[in-house]
Order: sequence, then C-alpha cells, then structure tokens
Amino acid sequence: MIHLDVGLRLRLFRTMHRIRLVDEEIASRYAQGKMRCPTHLSTGQEGVPAAIAECLRRDDFAVSTHRGHAHYLAKGGNLRAMLAEIYGKVSGCARGKGGSMHLVDTSVGFMGTSAIVGNSIPIGVGLALAADLKGTDQVSCVFFGDGATEEGAYYESVNFAAVRKLPVLFVCENNLYSVYSPLSVRQPLGRSIAKVAESLGLRTHVGDGNDALGVYKSTAAAVEAIRSDSRPWLLEFSVYRWREHCGPNLDNDLGYRTETEFAHWKALEPISQMRDSLKASGVAVDDIERQMLAELRAEVDEAFHFAESSPFPNREEAYSGEYA
Amino acid sequence: MTVRGEEISVAAAINEALSEAMSQDAGVICYGLGATDPKRIFGTTAGLVERFGRERVFDMPTSENAMTGVAIGASLAGIRPVMTHQRLDFFLLALDQLVNAGAKWHYMFGGQRSVPITIRLVLGRGWGQGPTHSQNLHAWFAHIPGLKVVMPTTADDAKGLLIESIFDPNPVVFIEHRWLHSSIAKVPRGNYRVPIGKARVMRRGHDLTIASMSYMTVEAIHAAEYLAQRCQVSAEVIDLRTIRPLDWPLVMESVHRTGRLLTLDSGFTTGSVAGEVVARVSMELFDSLNCAPRRLAMPDIPEPTSPALTRGFYVHAGKIVNEVLKMLNKPLIDIDRDLPEATPHDVPGTWFKGPF
Repeated sequence: MIHLDVGLRLRLFRTMHRIRLVDEEIASRYAQGKMRCPTHLSTGQEGVPAAIAECLRRDDFAVSTHRGHAHYLAKGGNLRAMLAEIYGKVSGCARGKGGSMHLVDTSVGFMGTSAIVGNSIPIGVGLALAADLKGTDQVSCVFFGDGATEEGAYYESVNFAAVRKLPVLFVCENNLYSVYSPLSVRQPLGRSIAKVAESLGLRTHVGDGNDALGVYKSTAAAVEAIRSDSRPWLLEFSVYRWREHCGPNLDNDLGYRTETEFAHWKALEPISQMRDSLKASGVAVDDIERQMLAELRAEVDEAFHFAESSPFPNREEAYSGEYA
Repeated sequence: MTVRGEEISVAAAINEALSEAMSQDAGVICYGLGATDPKRIFGTTAGLVERFGRERVFDMPTSENAMTGVAIGASLAGIRPVMTHQRLDFFLLALDQLVNAGAKWHYMFGGQRSVPITIRLVLGRGWGQGPTHSQNLHAWFAHIPGLKVVMPTTADDAKGLLIESIFDPNPVVFIEHRWLHSSIAKVPRGNYRVPIGKARVMRRGHDLTIASMSYMTVEAIHAAEYLAQRCQVSAEVIDLRTIRPLDWPLVMESVHRTGRLLTLDSGFTTGSVAGEVVARVSMELFDSLNCAPRRLAMPDIPEPTSPALTRGFYVHAGKIVNEVLKMLNKPLIDIDRDLPEATPHDVPGTWFKGPF
C-alpha cells in the first residue's frame, strides 16, 4: 500500500522543488533591480499549493493572493509568462500591467490573484456560482491566508457559498503573520479559523501544511465531496514563511519573530519531510532528487533567460486596454 | 427604431430591459436585496423570478462587497450579472470589489478577460432621505478608469441603455434617480438599444448650452421652456446620459456654437461631473466662450432630513433660469414669484407618499 503512492509523492516532491527553485532564484536575482515590483515569496509554504493542485482538474478554477507564485505554478500556470510578468515584459501573463501580485493563466483555470487582502475570495465564489448555474462539476479553489479571515469579504463570501450551496474549496494557509503582525494581536487566543467557518456552515478540516501527502489526502476527500454534492469546504493548514513579508531577504533581525520559532518551523519544512518519507519507503531518493533538480534548474534558468531577453511593452500600451 | 412602443414609466422600462436581456441570453442573472420581495425594487424586478426562475433571479445576503465580487467572478466564467441596490449609499461597502477588482480586471490582466457586470444603483433626493440615503456620488465612479457610468433620464433611454449595459463587455454602473422612476415616455418594444457614451440633445438652442444628467435634465428642460417663453432666451439642453466615457464631441460642438455653458449636477459641487465639464470646455474652447462657464450642483454639505432644512436646498428650474440670465446680463426673475420651487419641494409629485 505504501508503495502505491510513491508516484504521487514524487510528483509532490517535484512540484515543491520547482516552486522553491523559482522563488529562491527570484530572491537571489532581486537585488539586480530588474524585477521592479513588490514580490511576496512562498519559500517554506510549498506543500499546500503542490498538494491542493494535485487534487484539482485543469478546468477547475483557482484564485489567489499577493503571495501567489506557488499557487499559479502548482495549478499549471506558465512559468515563463510569470517570470516575464515580474520583469515587466510584454510576454508576461498580464503583458506587464499586473506584476507579481497579478498573475493569471486562464488556460489552466488560474483566474487571477489580488494585491488586496481578501479581495479574490468573493471572486472565487462567483466562479463557483457560474459553474453551478452552468451545471458543470467544476470546483473553485480559493487560496488565502490567516489575515484574510479578518476581512469582512471573507465572512460574506463563506456565508454566500454556504447558503447558495456552491462548489468552493476554501484553503486557508495560516502562516501566523499578517505582514509583521502576529496572530496574537489579531485574533483571540484559542479561536480556530476552521471552527468559525464550521459555525458558518462549512465542512472543515485542519491539517499540517508541511505534510504534503496529508494535505493531498484531506484535499482529495474534500474535492470528491464537493464534486458529488456541490457544497463548500474549508481546509486550514499551518505553514510558515521563511523570507520577509515582501521582498527577497530574511528578516528575523527585525525582531518580530524569534530565531527559535523560525528554527522550529524550518525543521518541519515540507520538502525534507517528503524526502524522508520517500527514503523510508525504500526509494532511491538521492539519485532521483539530483536528476530532478538538474532538470528543474535547466527549466528555471531557461525561463529566466526568456523573461530577461523578452522585450518590454511599447510605452503606448500603458494607454490601451481600459475597456474590452 | 421602427417598432412603435407604448408610453411607460422608467421603472417599467427598466423591467422591460431586464426581461428582454434575460430572454435573449440565459447567462444573464439578476440579483439584489429585494429583487424577489413583494415590492420588487420599485417594481423594476416585477415578474422576473416567475418568468426566469430562482436560479437566475434571487434575493441575496446583506453583503454588498462580497456579492459584487461574486458578480465579478461569475462574469469571468461567462455569466452576465445584474446586481441592484435600492440606495447607492449601501454600495459604498462594495468599493473594494468594484474599484480594485471589477474596474481593473481587463487592464490589469493584460486584456485576457473582461468583467461584463451591471450594477444598478438608485439615488435620489427629498422625502427626508437625509445624509446617508440621498448621496449622488456618481462622480466617484466617473473618476475610476475601467468603469462605464450611465445615468439615463427618460424611460426610452433607461431601457435602451440598460440592455446595452448588460451586453457591454465592461463593468457598467447604471444609476437611476428615484424621482425618475415614475416619469413616462414612449419606449420602443423588444431589443431596443441606446449606445453608451453618447449624449442626447433634448432641446435645440443657440444662446447657451446646458449640460446635465439624470433628474437635473428634467429641471433643465423646465428652465429652458420658461426661458424661451418669458425671456426670449434659446437654451440648448444636453442630457449627458453617460458620464464615463463622456460624449465630449457633442458637448464641444454645442458650446462652440452657443458660446456659453452652464453645467448641472445632482451631486455635491466640489469634484462634480459638472466641474469636470466646465474645466475641459474652458481649456479647449476658451476662445469660443462669450462668458465664464457656470455650474449648479448640490451644496457641499450633507443633505439634511427635515423638510424645513431642505427648502431652497436643491437646484430647481427657477435657480437655473436666473443662472442663465446672469450669464446673458439680463434682468433676473423673482424666483419665489415667477418660478418657485414646487410645493411640497421634497417629492417628485404630490402623488408621492414615501416611504422611500
């Protein structure tokens, strides 16, 4: 039984590595000043996007947030178009008009990300309403963080999804911080985001976001349930962001979190956990990982080359596209 | 339009437009607080749920912001939502979704998807609606790139512009003045369309141009009739109909011909659409102007509730007449004697008994 999911675990392993490689490469090149937009990296938070996307079909919808690179990539968004967008190039997924915080690839159902906390949540619910009205069995996956659960739009959206019985998968990645404000100054001690959602009418599950296989299993069950009865779920996963809220650096020196806390979470990180789990199943993971990383490195390097060598949009493009 | 129509009210024309659009396209949905309640949003959604079903016509949670986002999301997947609010003031809760998402989507994502939503907002004045139930904040929406903002006056324009708004690929804020819901005009049957972005000359004239929108156009027409009959002044009245994008060629052509401009606005004076029209005309047609342009809009103060406090508060035909006469250096009328504010002044007609 344990070997049956080796293929799955290797796919998750690969997706997580790919996301990390991309965001870490952004971090290492950011100081060159060529990526001239606010950029929120997902390093350390790769487990949830990788596992959730594995449970979604290409025609399922997803929307995300300012920290959206991982969700975009996991859902199948075009890597070259994402990097070109961050570089402000015409070959970018939004032709240089959106930047890192506005990623889109409608060919894989990745419908957009928003720079405003909570802003994409109702939009994801609206996509589910469209699926419901058209009678398809598409699921709409809404990625957001713990900060968004303090926005009115979140409660309004959860309420409507519940009362209208819509096929929404709400995914809360709880990384404990809204920018530099810890959960303790934002929500009462002991309150559970999932419990609140449950009281609003959602079915919920709380899990460890660093355990990608566990995320996969709970998500697969939720998605199957949503497809069969078209009613919403909320999944809350604990995760931890390594780098600063916005930008390429580590920021523990600011003092808003402790080195001990950082080290605790870093030890739990999802890629190492998956490596250990594969090893325990007797997989020759070192060789596989070496090969995998070489392939991914080549893909990522090529995508950066594409982004850097792509032309900028013409200046006149700034003034077009106000209306369809 | 060759199809002859009947005389119906603005509310009935809006109802016809919704019916027509929903029967043309199964993707058109209609929702809002009260859309299926016994009063049916001043009658504008009457009969819709019975004809098109509860999937497509529905009441909603009191969640203006998220329900705007729901419209945006649904529109990204091929639905054409029409959302309605009985007072514009409540829609202020939804500015995040409208401004940060709806208005930006097409531009911000490189033109990949557009957001074909229509937001119906009702505004008004009088009947003690007071500071938070009467705000004419259309200029806010006209300020936002990516939005289209429509403010019809007549029943035929209300129908033609609403169908056009619903099938427009962009987000349209469709603003209805409560005092116009009962005003009547001949409205063509069927799929009657009026293009967005085109103003309408309501009355030809050669002494000056009055540019106006929504209910203010009614007062402008009364003023222009008085000016023609009693003062030998020929005023051209332009109903802007759309305030974003605004029909600048028509406004410029008219002012170039008349040499004078008075703009009216149902909103607060500062930052008004009326002010924008004055600014642009002054910049582009300065040499053609025979006198400084003027504007008449609401005072820069919240609208009070008591009928005692709103006496003389609103712009009405008498004030417009005197503003025009000042521009022409003609003797002013005695407003209270010659063209007084209606009595009572705080209702669209004596038949109006509230409650809102």
